[in-house]
Parts: sequence; C-alpha cells; structure tokens
Amino acid sequence: MSITAVTKEGPAAVAPAPTVGSHVRDYWQRVRGGDIGALPAVAGLLVLCTIFSIMRPSFLTAGNFANLFTQGAAVTLIAMGLVFVLLLGEIDLSAGFASGVCAAVLANLVTVLGYPWYVAVLAALLTGMVIGTTLGFLVAKVGIPSFVVTLAGFLAFQGVVLLLMKEGRNISVREPVVVAIVNRNMPVALGWTLAAIAVAGFAVVQLLRYRSRAARNLINDPFAVVLGRIAALALVLGLAVYVLNLERSLNTLITSLKGVPIVVPIVAVLLVVLTFVLQRTSYGRHIYAVGGNREAARRAGINVDRIRISAFMICSTMAAVGGIVAASRANSVDPNTGGSNVLLYAVGAAVIGGTSLFGGKGRILDAVLGGAVVAVIDNGMGLMGYSSGVKYVVTGVVLLLAASVDALSRRRASATGNR
Amino acid sequence: MSANPLLELRGIDKSFGPVQVLRDVAFAAYPGEVTALVGDNGAGKSTLVKCISGIYPVDAGEFVFDGRPVTINSPRDAASLGIEVVYQDLALCDNLDIVQNMFLGREKRNGLVLDEPTMEQMAAETLAGLSVRTVKSLRQHVSSLSGGQRQTVAIAKAVLWNSKLVILDEPTAALGVAQTAQVLELVRRLADNGLAVVLISHNMNDVFAVSDRIAALYLGQMVAQVKTTEITHAQVVELITAGRSGELGLAADPGVNGNGAAPADSTAGGVS
Repeated sequence: MSITAVTKEGPAAVAPAPTVGSHVRDYWQRVRGGDIGALPAVAGLLVLCTIFSIMRPSFLTAGNFANLFTQGAAVTLIAMGLVFVLLLGEIDLSAGFASGVCAAVLANLVTVLGYPWYVAVLAALLTGMVIGTTLGFLVAKVGIPSFVVTLAGFLAFQGVVLLLMKEGRNISVREPVVVAIVNRNMPVALGWTLAAIAVAGFAVVQLLRYRSRAARNLINDPFAVVLGRIAALALVLGLAVYVLNLERSLNTLITSLKGVPIVVPIVAVLLVVLTFVLQRTSYGRHIYAVGGNREAARRAGINVDRIRISAFMICSTMAAVGGIVAASRANSVDPNTGGSNVLLYAVGAAVIGGTSLFGGKGRILDAVLGGAVVAVIDNGMGLMGYSSGVKYVVTGVVLLLAASVDALSRRRASATGNR
Repeated sequence: MSANPLLELRGIDKSFGPVQVLRDVAFAAYPGEVTALVGDNGAGKSTLVKCISGIYPVDAGEFVFDGRPVTINSPRDAASLGIEVVYQDLALCDNLDIVQNMFLGREKRNGLVLDEPTMEQMAAETLAGLSVRTVKSLRQHVSSLSGGQRQTVAIAKAVLWNSKLVILDEPTAALGVAQTAQVLELVRRLADNGLAVVLISHNMNDVFAVSDRIAALYLGQMVAQVKTTEITHAQVVELITAGRSGELGLAADPGVNGNGAAPADSTAGGVS
C-alpha cells in the first residue's frame, strides 16, 4: 500500500483504535505469520552494503553510489514489468532478449537509418508491445504454458537480435538524447526540486487518505505512522539526492560530475505510475485476483484472457524500456544486449524483492528493492576483484535463497492460516 | 406464501458432448422462501446452477424472471438481473482482503481510482445488516478466515448488490456444527428479508431446518418440487436415490408433482 517498504506492508486495519504500538505489533505478527514482504530484500541490502563498505572503502563513495543506479537501472526496469507476469503466476523468460530486440530496433533506427530519437524510442516501445501481445495471445488464447511460449521467444529473439545486427556487428549509439538517459546528470537544483515534489505529493496523498477515512469513521492507521512514513520517504530521498549531488569527478579542473543521473527519475516515475495501476485501479485489482484465484476472477465477470494478455504486453514494453536504457548505458547495441545474465538478474530482482513465483503476491517496489540487491552484489563483487564466474554463482545462490524464502514463508503462512 | 415465482425455468436441456446432464428440467424459486435443491452426486444440481448463473449456456429451454422472459448468456447478465451465486468452492481470492473480495469485478470507482472508503463502508453496512459480528477486520486477507467466516463473506458478497435471488451451493458442506447453525441462520434471514433463496444441500437436516420447498433432481431430471411441510424425510431420500416415492417422482402421474408450483407441473414429472 505504501511506498516506504519497511514501515508498512499490505492492508493493516487493527481492532478499534490502533496505536503506534499495536500497529508495530500487528506488523510483527504478520511477519511471523509468513507475510514477510520486502523484509529480506531490505535486510539483505543493509548487510551487503555493510560488508562491501568494510571490505572495499571505494564501495562507499558518491561515484560508486551513482554507478549502482546506472548499472542496475536496466535490470530493474525489466523486473518491474516481470512483476505483472509473475503476479499472474506466469513467467516471461523472453524478457531479456525482448529488450535486446527493442534495443536493436532503436540502434538501427537512430544510427543506421538516421531517424530522430523520439521515432526510434517509440518504435522500440511499440516493438515491445507487439512482442508482449503476441506472447500473451499464445498463452491466454491458444493455451500454451507461458514457460514454453517464452522459452521459444527466448531462443527466437536471440536470433532476431543477431539478424538485426547483421550477423553480429555492433552498432554504436551516438544520438545525444539516447546517450544522455544514463550518462548525463540532472542539474543539482532540479534533483532537489523533483525530490521535494515527490515527498510533497506522497504527503498529500497520505494525508488526504487519512482525512477521508477519518471523515467516514473507518479504521485508520495511527497518525504518527502516517507521518513516520512521510518522514521516512523524505529521509531516504533527501539522502540519496544529497549523495548524488556531491562532486564525483576525480579532477574537477577537467570536468565536473555531479547530480542525479537522468535515468533515476525515469525509474521513479515508472515506479509511481505502475504502483498506482496495481494498487489503485480496478485493472490492478483484477491482476491480483487472476493471480490469486483465476476461477473466482472469471466468475466475478473479469475478462481473464484480456488481463493475461495485457500483463505480457506490459512486461515486454517494460523490457523495451530496459533495452533502451541498456543501449544508452553501453553507447552501443551488440548481439549480446539483453542476453547472458540480464533475464535471470531481472527475475531474481523481482523474486528477491518479495514477489511470489506462485502468483498473487508482489509489488512494483519489490522489483526496485530486488534490483538494488542485484546491482549491489554485481558492483561490490566487481570491486573486490572476483571473476564473472564467482559473481554468477553468488547471484544464483541469492536467487535460490530468495525463492526458498518465498516458498518457506508460504508454508509458514498456510500453517498459521495467513494464506 | 407468494403466488408468483421470481425465477422460473422451463424445459432446460444441457449436454456436455454426448452426455446429457439436464433433461427437460423445470424449476421455480419464490421470493421470501428458501427452495432446497437436492439430488445425488451427478444429478445435475451444480450444472443447473451454472446454467442459471450464466456460466454454461443452455441447449434448450426458457427462463422467466419476475414475469419476463429473459436470456442469460454470461455471469454479468445474471448479476444484472439480481441473481447471485455462492459457489461450493466459494470463489474467493485468498490473496485479497474481505472488501476487495466482496467488490471483485464490480469495484466502486472515483473516476479512474478505486473508491476504497466507500467500498469499505458498504461492506461494513452489509455485514452489519446480516448481523455478522465474527469478522475482526474488513481489511484482513480472506486466507486468514475460518471456513464459516469465508462462507459468511461469500454470502455477504452475494447480497451486497440488492440481489433478488441468491443461490447457495452446499454452503455448510465443510463446516462444523456451530458454524453450520450460523450459516443456516443467515440463510433463513436472507429469505425473511424477502429474497428468493435456492439452497443446494446433501444434508437432509439442513434442508428440513430452513427450506420452504424442496426440488429433487434425479439423473438430470426434475422429479418433484413440493412444499417441505408436505413431504417426509424418507420420501426425499427415496426421490434422491430412486427418482420416485409413492405418487411422487418419475413413474407417477405428471399432474401430482408440483403442488402449487403450477407451471412446473406440466414438465416436472418425466413425461416419458
């Protein structure tokens, strides 16, 4: 329900007059009952950051902090789309190479054919949308399991990227706007302004909800908790913007490098928009319903096929956004864009964040938190000089850990009657 | 007792491939009354309910609702007429809370945004109207509710929409003694509020405890629809297991069956 993960999780209305104490107790009880949400991701993030900071002081620098965002952005964006598909209890294994195909379309249009950036970006997004609609149609209408459909997509799109790259050439992207997405920063003042707008907007939404519930005599969260949530967001955003606004350039005489990377507000806006869609619209409610009990959703008059197709469409479109960001970061697109570990990192990000592989449970914020964990592992282990081999093994183990936490918490939840 | 049925079915046929599940079925439900629909496993009770609620299309037959002939092609059609079904498997989403489940598919909206406060308030009023006090919080997930509470939520969901006809498919099948009594009391209260209630049950005690009429299905045929006061326990069991009981049922003269359910008479007792 709320944007700040730690303070509150899911709907929580407690007996007559909830106090801060009862609110905390209630939350703790849910955690113990198996409804742990994003707790493992947040805890893991803190532990990992502490370890890496101690082992490699260079981890805890403003420059590396900014790196985390630019390195994790593409995977996080793909993971945000995957949440929709995972909520239905489906999987999209093709999301990685779908992002590669969209990046290849972008690169071909801006570099080879010389179209303006907005045409290329639009075409890439459209490509994603078409891919997703096709996958969704095959799953929902034809009735092929999503695992098989998207595995076929995984193989086929890998080939499509190769074909678009004219048998393995690498196309560089020099278009300034596309390159700027990841490689340029916002002015210091703009960063602060956007952060202030975000906190103010969150506060207005929270307070309006508090007031409207109070006016109708509905059970409300304690006012202190509402304020605490707003303060927590302000603190996190303020700290992040402050660090990102520090000078990161090694030699300020040559160049100045400070400000929030442009990709950060893009991720933030998509986080807010998609969270709104999932939590505050009937479409989002229906996604959860189909994931929780498809038959119940059908009997409630929900068009299940349409929901399933649209989820795949959103997933592949978000993969296209991820592909654009990846192309921007690398300044080029090659046949391996969206390949190797991208898909598994994205699925891992969603699951580590607390999205259930069994469907019906998860939030967009999960993808961002999980994406942060994946980025920290990747970045920190790189700094410590481990080889890619070790990185893959560790990421695999973390994914397995997250999936076991998901499975075990489900078991615990069914034992305590929470699910 | 009211004279005119709220819902009346005539000559309903339904086949799944080569298997004919419903054969020339007639059925009537009256406002303010509980009509029990009984029959053995595979007699076609659930199929009949799914035909009424628009989940299955019927092959032949007519529906009369509130005196008007109607066609029901989808669950939405049934809902817009005021027909609500509480299924045996409840059709609740475990991962949603009580309010979300009660409004599933028909959420109240404020423009684009879900109107949660209004929905929560309406849900609370409906539950209070049914004298339900066993639920701690409307915002708890359905997964954390007991069987009786789930049944209560499912029934409350059905009456939320000013519905006129509520069909309950085995509402007490999985419940303990105390919870069964609670749910039956709730069923009686629905009828007393003026709704037409159809209760599907295997449990004769439940049937005789709350129903005003009993309709018996036998191998896809409606063998009798009579007032509860005019039939005995043993006769109902005979109707369920053999399709006939004395003058009632299959081989009997068609004229005797309906006892007041006038239009049902002509078709009810297997003309063959």
